[in-house]
Amino acid sequence: MADAPSVASPAQHLRTYGQIAWLWIRAAWQYPTSFVLLAVGNGLITGLDFVGLWIMFAHLRDLAGFSLHEVALLYGSASLALALADTAIGSVERIGTYIRTGRLDQMMTKPVPLLVQVCADQFTLRRLGRLTQAAVVFGWACSFVDWTPLRVVVAVSMLLSGALVFFGLFVGFSCIQFWTTDATEFANAFTYGGATVTQYPLSIFPREVLVGLTFVVPVAFVNWYPCLYLLGRTDPFGLPQALQFASPVAGALTMGAALLVWRTGVRHYTSTGS
Amino acid sequence: MTGGGTLHLAVATRAFRRYSTYRAATLAGIFTNSVFGVIYSYVYLALWRANETAGGYDAQDAVTYVWLGQALLMTIALWGGGTTDDLAERIRTGDVAIDLYRPVGLVGWYLASDLGRAAYHLLTRGLAPTVIGFVVFGIALPDSPVAAAAFAVSVVLAVVVSFTIRFLVASTAFWLLDQSGVKVMSGAFAIFFSGMMLPLVLFPGWLGTVANGLPWASYLQVPADIWLGKHLGADLLVALGFQLGWAVLLLAACRGVVRLATRKVVVQGG
Repeated sequence: MADAPSVASPAQHLRTYGQIAWLWIRAAWQYPTSFVLLAVGNGLITGLDFVGLWIMFAHLRDLAGFSLHEVALLYGSASLALALADTAIGSVERIGTYIRTGRLDQMMTKPVPLLVQVCADQFTLRRLGRLTQAAVVFGWACSFVDWTPLRVVVAVSMLLSGALVFFGLFVGFSCIQFWTTDATEFANAFTYGGATVTQYPLSIFPREVLVGLTFVVPVAFVNWYPCLYLLGRTDPFGLPQALQFASPVAGALTMGAALLVWRTGVRHYTSTGS
Repeated sequence: MTGGGTLHLAVATRAFRRYSTYRAATLAGIFTNSVFGVIYSYVYLALWRANETAGGYDAQDAVTYVWLGQALLMTIALWGGGTTDDLAERIRTGDVAIDLYRPVGLVGWYLASDLGRAAYHLLTRGLAPTVIGFVVFGIALPDSPVAAAAFAVSVVLAVVVSFTIRFLVASTAFWLLDQSGVKVMSGAFAIFFSGMMLPLVLFPGWLGTVANGLPWASYLQVPADIWLGKHLGADLLVALGFQLGWAVLLLAACRGVVRLATRKVVVQGG
């Protein structure tokens, strides 16, 4: 129902998204100290995350067969993808609150697709810190990669597909809130859990876990498979090399599945009436 | 004096009940804590496979540490939050004026309510992951009744220290009106220096010395080491004394800040 009146083009949706986002950026500036601290704080969280990895390597030569440079490549690429996705659609996690307070009803009356409104709502640049930090780590790790033209293509497609996979996970799992409004944290196991997993070489896990991370919650495509190709390594689990090029497919499939779930969720939605 | 005690107990009980209303949220949280427990267990197992005595822990110590961390995550409200978030919101809206003219101290009121919250989180989101960690990964249990009792005391002190820091963070709203920036910064430090990200025993050289002396060490590293039997005899008293010292010092700081805030700050009206 909500999407019915919109005959506008995707470009127009993007512009609307931009306008709403800009509104929220200006709103955040009303508390400038908080704004700056939020950006710095978020950068700090992820920065210290990497310091954690680095401290780990003070006790190790390699983690499950991967050196610090290689782990940095995995970490940096996943962090970049997550930061991109989270900046763009981070607010989707809050739909439970919108349902509870009745704001979702208000949004439904407006001539902009619901998903665009929900994602742009309370848009925040707090992830700028994370983006910068991830870019620095990724750039550093890239200097150890033996580049070929095909590897450049795989690297670029890795970042874009990785962001798509996270997009899909965040949107898809947030839809749980259409059915239950206070089990928000359940989604975190898959979204933030998935993000955490991608910071480490997946060779630390048993094979069954890897299969799950490939076919159920496909975060292995965010960085693990493409990075194996960038690093010129054979798959420690002996899986086919084709998977190393399959990230765009995984990204598109995850996103498609998420949009389907979103649609079902919105159809299922009944207002709380308050 | 007994009157004050009853009042604070009543406040704590209400907070306990308030949090226990959200059953689905609790179940979802337990599930998420357990997933993270599994993830970090494999990370640490890989780490301790490569270096079997890293930081003086063995693999079982390390995995136990992971699950204790997941169990205490909500109890000590590592990410911030808890009842101090209510305080920050009441400062922003101006409702704190009502709290300030209550015939009870602001710090004591919120501490009691936060202890009630922590008790609920310990019994649900603390207990369940510990059981799962025991069944799935065979985590170690305390060696003696003394260690178990000392752990219990240590967790209470951990909550108090964490409360004081969260209270100070919330109090910045008196000046900044919005605590969220400071809260994120403080959360970043808490995650790193509590040992939630990586046990402090792995921190090298001066960084380790500094981290073990900061109040955040009371959150997880100290209770976990007591559970693991790393502090025995007089050493145990030193560990608890460390937490108690920070608790007393920071509670005094909270009181000081409240006094400063009420004198200097105009409460938001409207």
